[in-house]
Amino acid sequence: MTATREGATFASGTATDPAMAPHNMTLTLRIWRQRGPADKGRMVTYQVEDISPDMSFLEMLDVLNEKLILAGDDPVVFDHDCREGICGSCGLMINGTAHGRGTSGGPTTTCQLHMRKFKDGDTIDIEPWRATAFPVIKDLSVDRSALDRIIQSGGYISAPTGTAPEAHSILVPKKDSDAAFDAATCIGCGACVAACPNASSMLFTAAKVSHLGLLPQGQPERNERVVNMVAQQDREGFGGCTNIGECSAACPKGISMENISRLNHDLLGALRAGARPKS
Amino acid sequence: MAVVTVTQPGQRRAPKAAKTSSVFKKVVMAVSGIILVLYLIAHMIGNLKVFAGRESFNGYSHWIRTIGEPAVPAQTTLTIIRIVLLAAVIAHIWAAIALWRQAKRARPNGYVTKKAVAQSYASRTMRWGGVIVGLFVVYHILDLTMGVANPEGPGTTPYDRLVAGFSNPLITAVYVIALILLGMHLRHGIWSATQTLGQSNKRRERTVNLFALVFSVVLIGGFLLVPFSVLFGLVG
Repeated sequence: MTATREGATFASGTATDPAMAPHNMTLTLRIWRQRGPADKGRMVTYQVEDISPDMSFLEMLDVLNEKLILAGDDPVVFDHDCREGICGSCGLMINGTAHGRGTSGGPTTTCQLHMRKFKDGDTIDIEPWRATAFPVIKDLSVDRSALDRIIQSGGYISAPTGTAPEAHSILVPKKDSDAAFDAATCIGCGACVAACPNASSMLFTAAKVSHLGLLPQGQPERNERVVNMVAQQDREGFGGCTNIGECSAACPKGISMENISRLNHDLLGALRAGARPKS
Repeated sequence: MAVVTVTQPGQRRAPKAAKTSSVFKKVVMAVSGIILVLYLIAHMIGNLKVFAGRESFNGYSHWIRTIGEPAVPAQTTLTIIRIVLLAAVIAHIWAAIALWRQAKRARPNGYVTKKAVAQSYASRTMRWGGVIVGLFVVYHILDLTMGVANPEGPGTTPYDRLVAGFSNPLITAVYVIALILLGMHLRHGIWSATQTLGQSNKRRERTVNLFALVFSVVLIGGFLLVPFSVLFGLVG
């Protein structure tokens, strides 16, 4: 599913004829600068010139940072790793939408957003994910370990170690394995939280609960998983889900809202069965 | 999440955790909402009695107050309905305030620039729209149930209060605006309740949303028939 999307992005990229190559752009950036967790932070305006439309958004920020370093200024801190849209490290609020979803025209990560989506002379607002559960470390970099703690609270299965069992010993219906795989494409980038008007992590948690809960290997811990993961996300200080749908729209992997319904269904069933969260 | 960054423990202030599960709040919201929607269906159908004439409408109003008589004292059924509705309204408002506060705590400092990608006008106006609908319900009870805010005043028949009220374009306008807001509230509410109670999935999503839209339009259309009919002199 993801592969076809990325394929489509590349196809439109290579369609650029050199003779018709668009001119490089000059952009005004308004970037959130915050020296540390205790600093109040503010928007600072920068100019960048000679930005190629073929650059990724992060490469454009690299150009800015090189300029800042040469001028002896502090470079803008932002998270990134694979720059291939699969690791979930990068994540910026671009012109008010997570990963620049309002500009991209399709599901994307910040690293896969290309500058051809912008016009010469544009002003671009860049902010970090904002949530109590995601404290700013510096500038655009936030601490997303709250998501790791939600995983720790129940995003696992118990399996005996040793030699790998015969793969066909447990059969999984195709429909279930497809749905589980769709949920498993979540890269934990936190765009759902950033985009949510309630700063809720429901789509993330729902993807993890669905991913394991749909598979036979996830059944023994299914009830305690859902109650513990929901309890942990409340403890981390995330907001509550009100089914608005901004999360799913912002999700680079297009995780569907049906996972949230499945989480709620599992949670109500687990509570009826007597499962209670670990305190 | 390949890179794990952790701030110093001392720097990280533990966020104030919600006392009640966020999903529990949503379930309270959904169940109380369903009770109120069921009441609205009965209310809308009852209102249509106005087209059967003055006696039919006043007789219906009288019947509601005497259901079960003489086996039970007068107004027993009505009192039970009112207690259930009041409990549902209180539960609905409690859940809304609790989730609103939790959302505020979850993001105390908003974005400098924030744009919606997917959210509907209905979902965006759930909170303030709900407050307005709540205030409207108070006015509506003072106006048509108790009559104290009605041009005809208390002690009159329900039919007279209805005609007197909706003959005034300003009062009709208040009802129309509030009912349209209520319709939007229901459109998102029905979809949201389906999600919260775990009854939605990819296959049903379109149907649920279509049902929510058609249901809201039909219900609110039925409610709007009465004030417009009075205003345009079809009922008088």
